[in-house]
Amino acid sequence: MEVKEFIGGNWTKTVDVRDFVFKNITPYTGPSSFLVGPTERTKAIWDICLKAMEEERANNGVHSLDTDTISTVEAFGPGYIDKGNEVIVGLQTDELLKRAMKPFGGFKVVEKALSEHGVAPNEKITELFSKYVKTHNDGVFDAYNAEIKKYRSLGILTGLPDNYARGRIIGDYRRLALYGLDFLIEQKKEDLEAITGPMTDEVIRLREEVSEQIKALKSMKILGSKYGLDLSRPAENAQEAVQWTYMAYLAAVKEQDGAAMSLGNVSTFLDIFIENDLREGLITEEEAQEYIDQFVMKLRVVRHLRMQAYDEIFAGDPTWVTEAIGGMFSDGRTKVTKTSYRFLNTLYNLGPSPEPNMTVLWSEDLPENFKKFCAKVAIETSSLQFENDTLMRNSRGSDDYGIACCVSHQDLGKSIQFFGARTNLAKTLLLAINGGRCELTGEQIFDGVPEYKDEYLDFDTVMTNFKIAMQEIARVYSDSMNIIHYMHDKYYYEKAQMALIDTNPHINIAYGIAGLSIVADSLSAIKYAKVKPIRNEDGLTIDFEIEGEFPKYGNDDDRVDSLAAQAVADFNYELKQFPIYKEAEPSLSVLTITSNVVYGKKTGATPDGRALGVPFAPGANPMHGRDEMGAIASLNSVAKINYEDAQDGISNTFSIVPKSLGSDIETRVDNLTSILDGYFHNNAQHVNINVLDKETLLDAMEHPEEYPQLTIRVSGYAVNFVRLTREQQLEVISRSFHESM
Amino acid sequence: MEGGKAYTTDALFDIIMKSKPYFGKKGGVTISGGEPLLQAKALIPLFKKLKAEGIHTALDTNGRILNHFAMELMDKYTDLVMLDIKHMTEEGYEHITGQKNNQTTFNFSEYREKSGKPMWLRYVLIPGLTDKPNLLESLGAYFKDYKTVEKLEIQPYHKLGVHKWEALGWEYQLKDARENTKEELHKAQTILEPYFKQISIN
Repeated sequence: MEVKEFIGGNWTKTVDVRDFVFKNITPYTGPSSFLVGPTERTKAIWDICLKAMEEERANNGVHSLDTDTISTVEAFGPGYIDKGNEVIVGLQTDELLKRAMKPFGGFKVVEKALSEHGVAPNEKITELFSKYVKTHNDGVFDAYNAEIKKYRSLGILTGLPDNYARGRIIGDYRRLALYGLDFLIEQKKEDLEAITGPMTDEVIRLREEVSEQIKALKSMKILGSKYGLDLSRPAENAQEAVQWTYMAYLAAVKEQDGAAMSLGNVSTFLDIFIENDLREGLITEEEAQEYIDQFVMKLRVVRHLRMQAYDEIFAGDPTWVTEAIGGMFSDGRTKVTKTSYRFLNTLYNLGPSPEPNMTVLWSEDLPENFKKFCAKVAIETSSLQFENDTLMRNSRGSDDYGIACCVSHQDLGKSIQFFGARTNLAKTLLLAINGGRCELTGEQIFDGVPEYKDEYLDFDTVMTNFKIAMQEIARVYSDSMNIIHYMHDKYYYEKAQMALIDTNPHINIAYGIAGLSIVADSLSAIKYAKVKPIRNEDGLTIDFEIEGEFPKYGNDDDRVDSLAAQAVADFNYELKQFPIYKEAEPSLSVLTITSNVVYGKKTGATPDGRALGVPFAPGANPMHGRDEMGAIASLNSVAKINYEDAQDGISNTFSIVPKSLGSDIETRVDNLTSILDGYFHNNAQHVNINVLDKETLLDAMEHPEEYPQLTIRVSGYAVNFVRLTREQQLEVISRSFHESM
Repeated sequence: MEGGKAYTTDALFDIIMKSKPYFGKKGGVTISGGEPLLQAKALIPLFKKLKAEGIHTALDTNGRILNHFAMELMDKYTDLVMLDIKHMTEEGYEHITGQKNNQTTFNFSEYREKSGKPMWLRYVLIPGLTDKPNLLESLGAYFKDYKTVEKLEIQPYHKLGVHKWEALGWEYQLKDARENTKEELHKAQTILEPYFKQISIN
């Protein structure tokens, strides 16, 4: 292959993008002053997009639908927004914001989503999927047993990817730009040849998968040719590098509608091509920014067909095009480049936006200028999240990684994840108190926990029973995950993404919990105050009376924070006790997305004094209003949860009013930078930053038309505030907005 | 003790140390109040320990207390004193604070000036009460030769504190005052600018 201006290495012999980036990067430590605004072309296209998104909002959240085509990499003719002005081309369908059917996850879901907008799939497709074609969802429910179905319907396991695509897998989209399809196909063919007998289940499956990947790569060639692009060869300049990378991502989002389909860490990679063209005098800064602005614009208009029920767990129509920006190499050089800035600059050039989900990989060693720029962007747009690069790099042993979905480390091209939503840890505690019976229905969920009969709850007894309950939940959770991922591979395999990942990669199975702060505070109440269960005539505990004070999670008080950390460690341990499909390695997240509201609804009163139905705090956040010792104490409590026990990520959403960060932007930037340094110094993993007044949100509820781009970080992602339901908006407003440090 | 919560200085020290990673290059500890110098004696061992940890220390005071504990605290362990200047005249001072003897503030500032250690002045700009041009001129003239005054912070008047007074059952003396306009803030800054190295509007 042609290496031209670039420094060669292992990457020229085999697929090794990290080696290319490592050898050719130009780290940037200077200020943001080089950045430029959008070009006229960019502004013209973005105006069209804004208008289309306004129409989309007005039309019940959907601009238009296709009911005749099964979306694949090759499906649909080329689509343009404004062809003459587009320097980066490609849409999922033939029309801006048109949503397509991807029925292999579950045909009923597609039918339901369409029927909610008054249409149906065409007859041929309906006949095909009703009579002849089996989907992921069909497969899962063929294998689910009664126990799993019961856990699901009672809200113990919620949001599992059993009727929608699992997502989470990040294709290494850079590969297409660096190598071109011909080389990638050759490499996969060699891999396929090397997978030999004896032909066990595993070997047969892998051979079939790699063959599927090769077909997907061939499909990408056809996709490129529709736009007049020759993707068989590597990208030869900056514009092509951006375009090729986008084509690889586009192939993925045409074939799949996974809940979260991250982009990876493309900005640093693309910078190498951009730097090269700038150095050669081939392009100007305006053109460099134009490529990135238009690329990002395309990422902002990615759409999937979703049914309304989906909105309860993933509110605001998110796509999680998560791009990891910044971080450090293991040799101490920064991965920050000018294109890291250019990506962030799109939030000014195009205005704030939830997508792509920009994630700054933070390290105390990042260039000071970059830290300050990120802090400024976070303060001015509330569109950024931050993750602890030092912690993840050291713990996971990889410095070339993306963030899968919301907060989770994924080694690019080397590793994937099996998404597993989450279980309800607060309800698990209630099951432990109720002898394994559901506190709402009285239904027996599992045996083995004695009915609790004493007048007051005894901490040691509750803990013993809680562990048994955890074991039962973990067992059923693990069973369901094995079924789900077996079937997803079988019926809705991500061939386009997997084609851009090493053959037979390492797999993490990504479990999750909701309700951590409720569990911590409940255990604290039982331990430090007196908690009296209130039982109904069936002996079912339906409420609690608390006598006395108890320490609450979120105040940097070790007495209760250690209970939170221990609950995570215990449940993580229990999840590791079961055999996992494809020998995936279990990992755990403390992350809720917006499911904290629906989980709250399905959970009875808890021993911390929370009433039946009240929403949980999101992610690992302390419960609203209970973190009374100021912002830093609240952050410190979350930082105590050990990343080794929750390697899938520990999400914290931090909202602070602008004034408490300082009186002017310079002071605010300094203070936010110090907060991030301090929080991550304490080994915390993740934080969403919102710098907002509640009044702004209240005003946006009343006058949504005036806030079309108001963005707010929720749990691991960002949403357009005006696209949340009223209930979700109120929940966001009820959260702690720190007014003191 | 009414209201608030009692902490030992050791407990405070522990809380502060947990926040130390967040201080950055410019951060540190500021004790405000109420009036922190009412507890000057107890603050000496705390500040001493903080200085031993290399932590920047500051006091936000109205300057009414200047006993030997306050002097020791300020001279040995306080990196920065933020002194509230309530009013330049005795009548104005009494009207705002309900207390007599405006001169204590100036005695206090003179003491800090003599120690040679840094000081910021804070001045709440209350429309009709403290923002008259002659008062601002007199504030500037009084401190213009001070070498230790690094900065004047103009604090716009706001009514966020009214509910606290009401909750305590006190009559809020300044309830008729209104908040400043942007023009008033700008005008005050223009008048004061010649006299101070740096001015900020908080």
